[in-house]
Amino acid sequence: MAFKSTASYIATRDLEVAVNAAVALQRPLLVKGEPGTGKTVLAHEVSRALGMPLIEWHIKSTTKAQQGLYEYDAVSRLRDGQLGDERVHDIGNYIVRGKLWEAFEADQQSVLLIDEIDKADIEFPNDLLLELDRMQFYVYETRKTVVAKQRPIVIITSNNEKELPDAFLRRCFFHYIRFPDRETMEQIVQSHFPDVKQELAREALNVFFQIRGVNELKKKPATSELLDWLKLLMIEDLPPEVLRSADSKVVLPPLHGALLKNEQDVHLFERLAFLSRRQPQR
Amino acid sequence: MFATFILALRSAGLPTSVTEHLALLNAMRSGVCDYSVEDFYFLSRATLVKDERHLDRFDRVFAEVFKGLERPEGEDHELMQQLPEEWLRKLSEKILTDEEKQLIEAAGGFDKLMEMLRQRLAEQKGRHQGGSKWIGTAGTSPFGANGYNPEGVRIGQDKSRNRSAVKVWDKREFKDLDGDVELGTRTMKLALRRLRRFARQGAATELDIGGTIKATANNAGSLDLKMVAERHNAVKVLLLLDIGGSMDDHVRACEELFSAIRTEFKHLEHYYFHNCIYEKLWKNNRRRKDTETTTWDLLRTYGPDYKVIIVGDGAMAPYEIVNPGGSVEHWNEESGKVWMQRITRHFRRTAWLNPVPQDQWRYSASTGMLSEIMEARMFPLTLEGLDGLTRELAR
Ligand SMILES: Nc1ncnc2c1ncn2[C@@H]1O[C@H](COP(=O)(O)OP(=O)(O)OP(=O)(O)O)[C@@H](O)[C@H]1O
Ligand SMILES: [Mg+2]
Repeated sequence: MAFKSTASYIATRDLEVAVNAAVALQRPLLVKGEPGTGKTVLAHEVSRALGMPLIEWHIKSTTKAQQGLYEYDAVSRLRDGQLGDERVHDIGNYIVRGKLWEAFEADQQSVLLIDEIDKADIEFPNDLLLELDRMQFYVYETRKTVVAKQRPIVIITSNNEKELPDAFLRRCFFHYIRFPDRETMEQIVQSHFPDVKQELAREALNVFFQIRGVNELKKKPATSELLDWLKLLMIEDLPPEVLRSADSKVVLPPLHGALLKNEQDVHLFERLAFLSRRQPQR
Repeated sequence: MFATFILALRSAGLPTSVTEHLALLNAMRSGVCDYSVEDFYFLSRATLVKDERHLDRFDRVFAEVFKGLERPEGEDHELMQQLPEEWLRKLSEKILTDEEKQLIEAAGGFDKLMEMLRQRLAEQKGRHQGGSKWIGTAGTSPFGANGYNPEGVRIGQDKSRNRSAVKVWDKREFKDLDGDVELGTRTMKLALRRLRRFARQGAATELDIGGTIKATANNAGSLDLKMVAERHNAVKVLLLLDIGGSMDDHVRACEELFSAIRTEFKHLEHYYFHNCIYEKLWKNNRRRKDTETTTWDLLRTYGPDYKVIIVGDGAMAPYEIVNPGGSVEHWNEESGKVWMQRITRHFRRTAWLNPVPQDQWRYSASTGMLSEIMEARMFPLTLEGLDGLTRELAR
C-alpha cells in the first residue's frame, strides 16, 4: 500500500517518494516548509491512505521528551498516600502513558505525528533518539521495557524555529515542501472546492500570486490563507470581476483580512495601492 | 557511482554520512521508487539532504555527477572501479567523522564497506539490467575535472557540455534557501536571531517554592507542586578577537554582532590578540598596555563552562603558531600552539569564527594548522557558519 496524491490532498511526486521511503525503511520523516503548506495535514492523509490510526503529539515549548514516553504522577501518589488510598502501593497506578507508548502498544500499526518539534527545547530531539531508533524504552519505576508491537510510521514537522541535532537528522528522511507552483495550487483549490467557479478561482489565484510576489511582506499568505480567503469569497458570492483590476494596478483585494494577517502588511499594501493610483495612466 | 556521488556531496559541504548512504541503498532495494532518474533524484534528496539550505547545492552536485545520464549511448563503465581503492580510502578517512568510522569498524572495516557497496551495486545491476541507467553510466568522471585538488573532489567544470533537456535538479528551485552567503545587512538580522536563540537555550523548569507552599496550604496540606520556567539566560561567552590585520573590519562587525545582543547572554566578555594567542591578551586595543591580562589569568578567571569564540582570519606565517619566539610582536617563550591548546583544553566548548570565505582557507597553511588545533571547529562568517558555530557551542 503506497502513499499517493488523493482527491483531498495534492502530493507532488517528490513528497510521495519521501513518504514511501520513510514507510518502507521505518524511519521518521521530517517535513519542513513555510507555515500553512500542509505539513500537519500530511500526517492525516498518510494515516488515511495507509488505513492506519493517527496518534497526534503536538509539541509546545514546555513539552519534554519524557512526556511522550510516560510520566510518573508523584503528586497523585503522594496525595493518595496521605489519604490512605490502597492504590498507592502499586506504582504502576501512577504511570501515565505518553503518545509514544500509545503508538507502541497499539494493536494496529499507527501513524505518529510529532507536530512542530522545533517548539521544544533543543535537547528534545536528542532525548528521543534512542526511543525512535529502537522503538522501545525502559520504565524505571516498574522496571519494565516497553517494546513496540509494530513500529509506528513517524512524521515530524518543523517550522525551523530551532536547529535539529545532526544525530537526529541522520536518522530521518527529509522533505521540504516547496511552495506550490500555480498548477499545483490550482489542484489544491480544486481538491478543497470541487465546485468553485473556474473564473473566480483563476482570478483569486492571480491576486494571490501577485500578493506573494511582494517581497517586503512580513508574512506571505500561504495555502491555508488562500483557502480561507476563497471560502469567504464563495460565501459572499462575489463576482470574479471584482478581483480583476483593469490595468495592472495594485489594489487591496476584497476580504483581504483572510490573506494579510499582519497590520504592517495591510499598510504596505495600502501604500502600494496609493502609489499605483497616483501613477499616470499609460 | 554511489561512492562518487556521496563523496562529491561531501566535498560540496553536505554533511552526508555513511548511515544515510546505506539508507539510500536500502531504500533503492526496497523498491519504493520507480527506476527513473527523476525518482532516484527525489529519493536520494530525501535521504541525503536534511536541511533546505543544502537543497540547491545538492541539485548542483547531482546535475554534475549524473550528467549525461540519460544519454542512450552512455558508455557503461563503473566509476567505482576506476577509482583506486587506496585513494578512496584516504579520501574517506579524511572526510568521515569518528562516529562513522566506528560504524564502519563495526561492519568489518573499510574493506568491508567497500565490499558491501560493490555487492549492493552488483545486485542492483543484476536486477534491473537495462532498465535503470543510473548505475555506472556517468557521462564524465567528475574526478577528471580540470585540476583535481587533494583536499577534496573538485566538481564543476563547464556545465553546458552534455546538457540535455532541463531536469528537475537543473531548475535550481531551492537557490534562495542556500545559507552560504556572506553576512550582509540583509542577513544581519537573521544572524542576530540565531545568536539570540543560542543565548536563550536551556529554558528548563524549576520548582516554584513559594507557589508550592501556597498551593499546598490551599490544598489543606496535600502537596501540590508548582513549577516555573527558568527565566535567566544561562549562556556565558568569551570572545577573543584578532585585531590589527587586514580583517579588522570583519572582526569589528563580528564584535558588534555580539555586543548587539550582549544583554541576552548571562555574561559576554571580550579580549583582543594579534594573529595568534600567546601569553597575554588585552581588553582595549587603544590602551593595550593598561588593559593587559595574562592568558593564565584568563584561564583562572573564566570557568570551563564559558563558551569561547575566537574570531580571526588565521592567516600568518606557520612559525607564528608552532615556534617559540614566533610572534611578530614580542618574544614568546612558548609557542602559540601551546597556548591555543591550553585554551581548548580548559574550556569545554571552543570554536573559531573566520571572516575569510571558506573556499580560500586552503590557500593558507596556518589556517589549516589552527583548524587542526581547533579540531575542525572553524566556521566561516556566514549564516550557515554561525549555525554551525552555535550548534557546536550549544552541544
Ligand atoms: N497539498 C495540499 N493539498 C490539499 N490541501 C492542502 C495542501 N497543502 C495545504 N493544504 C491545506 O492548507 C491548510 C493548512 O495546512 P496545514 O495546517 O497542514 O499547514 P502546516 O504546514 O502544518 O502549517 P503550520 O506550519 O502553520 O502548522 C489545510 O487546510 C490544508 O488542507
Ligand atoms: Mg501545522
